[in-house]
Amino acid sequence: MGQAEGRPISLGTPLEKSLTGIKGLDEVTKGGLPKGRPTLVCGGAGSGKTLLAAEFLVRGALQFGEPGVFMSFEETTDELTKNVVSLGFKLDDLVAQKKISLDYIQIDRNEIEETGEYDLEGLFIRLEHAIASVGAKRVVLDTIETLFSGIPNPAVVRAELKRLFQWLKNKGMTTIITGEQGENTFTRHGLEEYVSDCVIFLDHRISEQVSTRRIRVVKYRGSAHDTNEFPFLIDERGITVMPITSLGLRHTVTNKRVSTGIPRLDAMLGEKGYYRGSSVLISGSAGTGKTSLVAHFADAACRRGERCLCFAFEESESQVVRNMLSIGIDLEQWVKKGLLKYHADRPTIYGLETHLSVMQKMINEFKPAAVIVDPVSNLNAVANISNVKTMLTRLLDQLKLDRVTTVLTILTQGSPTSESTDVDISSLADTWIRLRDIEFGGERNRGIYILKSRGMAHSNQIREFVLTDRGVNLLDVYVGPSGVLTGSARLSREAQEKAKDLVRQQDAQIKQLNLERKRKAMEAQIADIRAEFKTEEAEVKKFIEQDKLRQQKVSQDRKAMAKIRKAD
Amino acid sequence: MATKTKRLKKSRGESEGGVKTWELRLYVAGQTSKSMAAFSNLKKLCEDHLKGQYRIEVIDLLENPALAKGDQILAIPTLVRKLPEPIKKIIGDLSNKERVLVGLNLIPTA
Repeated sequence: MGQAEGRPISLGTPLEKSLTGIKGLDEVTKGGLPKGRPTLVCGGAGSGKTLLAAEFLVRGALQFGEPGVFMSFEETTDELTKNVVSLGFKLDDLVAQKKISLDYIQIDRNEIEETGEYDLEGLFIRLEHAIASVGAKRVVLDTIETLFSGIPNPAVVRAELKRLFQWLKNKGMTTIITGEQGENTFTRHGLEEYVSDCVIFLDHRISEQVSTRRIRVVKYRGSAHDTNEFPFLIDERGITVMPITSLGLRHTVTNKRVSTGIPRLDAMLGEKGYYRGSSVLISGSAGTGKTSLVAHFADAACRRGERCLCFAFEESESQVVRNMLSIGIDLEQWVKKGLLKYHADRPTIYGLETHLSVMQKMINEFKPAAVIVDPVSNLNAVANISNVKTMLTRLLDQLKLDRVTTVLTILTQGSPTSESTDVDISSLADTWIRLRDIEFGGERNRGIYILKSRGMAHSNQIREFVLTDRGVNLLDVYVGPSGVLTGSARLSREAQEKAKDLVRQQDAQIKQLNLERKRKAMEAQIADIRAEFKTEEAEVKKFIEQDKLRQQKVSQDRKAMAKIRKAD
Repeated sequence: MATKTKRLKKSRGESEGGVKTWELRLYVAGQTSKSMAAFSNLKKLCEDHLKGQYRIEVIDLLENPALAKGDQILAIPTLVRKLPEPIKKIIGDLSNKERVLVGLNLIPTA
């Protein structure tokens, strides 16, 4: 045992653990319960001790091939069988298959008269018989403290219990012992003195009128364990413990993008839209159009043939469908095709952990490519903001692992500059789009801008966000010397600008005409001067020609004269 | 529960319902000192108070562990009075005679 080659010191074999098969519990205990040793599970009434013990046994028989014995001191075997049916466990079948042995030990104080010395060997014999009948490796004693109220001599009970636990250890049985919570001690009769290898405490408390269950590993000898409290749920799949750390930040990402459903918004997000698998936060005050924005996204996803799952905490499905129809988005067609699924619940209906569990269950069944939670801020009614953030972190971790694009909406307080309440949750989001009110000139308009978008270049401009009956439109705002103008102020300013433009244009036209006229006049003048010049030119030419002719004539005459005067 | 006529007869062995033979079962686990003491105490008691009207059955659970379930036996030794009804259980080695008699309802509690 303890072969550790290459290591200078052999520390012996580490503590062997027995997997429980209960979701989350194996992670919290880092491998399960101590094998061959007793574990104490204590808690108040109704905290789930019997169910946890029963699930430990059932899963041991079904998943790990370890048959078990359930010794019940409080419920009859029939009652017990009926009670665990609600968890989805059929004890009858397992008993018939000889994988589990159920025994009910009835102790009636009135029946018993103490007349001398005795011990509890009968219990040992019954237990041994049960273990042998199925070849058990796991044992549950629920609730062994009833022995104290049934058997008159507590000293005998204590001595025998000590002997029993040692006996179970010797037989190598992994045992769960349940105990009811005492005033100041873990159990009413101080069982924790004897069962001190591992102690698990179940708590069932009410906070903000909603009941939550918590589990805590108080003690685990010989092993590291998570000492925090973890929420857990009991539903028809059994017990589920939710340790926050189990997923971590190990998801991989993709470069692909998905459209937001609004082309202009896609353009603002670096031309393409959100990263697939990223988380988007849309925040805004009341009536700013968050649901409409989100509906576009759902519509676009369904159009691409992808499934979209929407968790609504404020409006019912038919209400949202009707409202979106008014802006020209038909969600009904996608619901009919099975691409869009709505789940609407008031947040106060159950605790945060149950919400998370319900959501995870639906996500696993429906396998969407896009998930919408609208609005997340309603969950504040059930728990404080840090708990909501923890729950969302867990949800987002799961969704990112599956490359699901998630859009969350948050209702904010309304003041355009206060972003503090969003800050807590905003760190979870990769993209944060803010819708804000712009109040000016007696009216209220909506503006949209992108506060952050990790990993992409995005526009920093505020655009005016307008709901028309053909969907959402993003318009450029007017930015002028008087500030940002939207709505009718923008329209009026645009009209003004147009008018000015028109006037200037007309001016220019007139000037142009004038110029034309002048040119014409100038050209006419030039034509005149030219004509004059031409006539003068012609005259002068004529004169020169005539002069030439005359000279020619004179010379001819002279010659003729000379000829005539010759000779003599 | 006993009828008027029977109530007069408070003699030993007939304080319950007129049943003649008492059925007593003693559960033991092997031949331990407690078990032996219980058996001998029981025998003596029955001879003293139920002469001729009793039947003792000794069940060794080490040989027959399945029988522990039927009578819901926890402590060893346990004496179970099967007849007359109702069933009464007495735990211990039966050394406290008064208690045994009370437990078996052989002497009415004053």
